[in-house]
Amino acid sequence: MTGRRFWRDRHGRIRPGLEDPERDLLRMLPQQARELVDHDDPSAKRLFPVAYTDDDAAQADYAQMMGGSLLDHHQHALDTLMSTIDETTIDIDDLNGWLGAVEVLRLLLGTQLDVSEDFTEIDPGDPRVDQLTVYQYLSMLQNEIVDTLAAGLPRKGTTS
Amino acid sequence: MTGPGTEVQPVEVDAPEGGEDVRPDRPWQVIVWNDPINLMSYVTFVFQKLFGYSKDKATKLMLDVHHKGRAVVSSGPRERAELDVFRLHEHGLWATMERSG
Repeated sequence: MTGRRFWRDRHGRIRPGLEDPERDLLRMLPQQARELVDHDDPSAKRLFPVAYTDDDAAQADYAQMMGGSLLDHHQHALDTLMSTIDETTIDIDDLNGWLGAVEVLRLLLGTQLDVSEDFTEIDPGDPRVDQLTVYQYLSMLQNEIVDTLAAGLPRKGTTS
Repeated sequence: MTGPGTEVQPVEVDAPEGGEDVRPDRPWQVIVWNDPINLMSYVTFVFQKLFGYSKDKATKLMLDVHHKGRAVVSSGPRERAELDVFRLHEHGLWATMERSG
């Protein structure tokens, strides 16, 4: 599970180089996440942050107006990962979907595991070792996707 | 901008009565808060992607979030700030908005 996973071909498409167990995992996890997200599970609360902390009426309006779009966005990202996981090449939009899906998975799992900011190494005696290993894998995968997508951004930006 | 030799007299303005500030031009600030899950590389990337910031500016904002616990990442009229908050929420960041001042 080491080495670079995403390659850009000469047509600008992305060639993911994933092992079979990785693809199995990335097919299964979004399916589980859809269950939680679709049914408004309390563990998915982190996916819908509060915009107005000191104005309940404004927050209620925001949730009413934007909540549906936010849900659509997360669901679409998870679906993109599931539906393109076996493709030989994907486009930049797909990879942005992968990034969004991995973000959703990390937020869900990180919340369940109650991870701390300085979490780096897994204690082999930890009963949650399997979940922590998955979390660590998703972090590594997200870093690689970010590297691949950031390479296409203008370094100097477009605004000051 | 004014140059040397220009003198501008201050104009006296009556302070508004009552406690509520109704100045329509007070901008809203979009704030991103530190959280234990989001990766530094990811947060920097999101600032670059959403706001068109340079890598340097995005990195500085990310480090502010990381070390100070929060950073103002954009400001403007309410509708604009709300849209920025929404786009940050789409990307899983913990963003809120409040009136500046």
